[in-house]
Amino acid sequence: MAILNGKKVVIIGDRDGIPGPAIEECVKTAGAEVVFSSTECFV
Amino acid sequence: MDLENQKRVKEIAEENGPENVVVILGAAEGEAAGLAAETVTAGDPTYAGPLAGVQLGLGVYHICESEIKDEVDADVYDEQISMMEMVLDVDDIASEMSSIREQFCKYM
Repeated sequence: MAILNGKKVVIIGDRDGIPGPAIEECVKTAGAEVVFSSTECFV
Repeated sequence: MDLENQKRVKEIAEENGPENVVVILGAAEGEAAGLAAETVTAGDPTYAGPLAGVQLGLGVYHICESEIKDEVDADVYDEQISMMEMVLDVDDIASEMSSIREQFCKYM
């Protein structure tokens, strides 16, 4: 079963890892709806 | 996880139903990914934020885990993620994430 297709997705990106907007572009291609996207900074 | 982000995650899970929500992380390390994953499943382990004691049990994955990578368009993944993926310890992140999911995730 698809994990992303048709789901509401919350993105918690990381400035030192993968930032939110990059994840957003990806999950959209899998049929997910991005409802919230943020990029955290742990420093 | 930021307190503001915890608040948003809680609201979104309440509004849409937790079974319809999936959290995707971009953390740089396994430990940070595990902590964020624990926060949206078992509750805030630091007991500081709105998710303290709240067991949402949400589905949670890291963008670099194979389960997610397989569902995403390969060209877009290559363009957006693969550069950073090379410097991340994906095995460590994936093992942290699956351990948290096995323990706390209610919606698989």
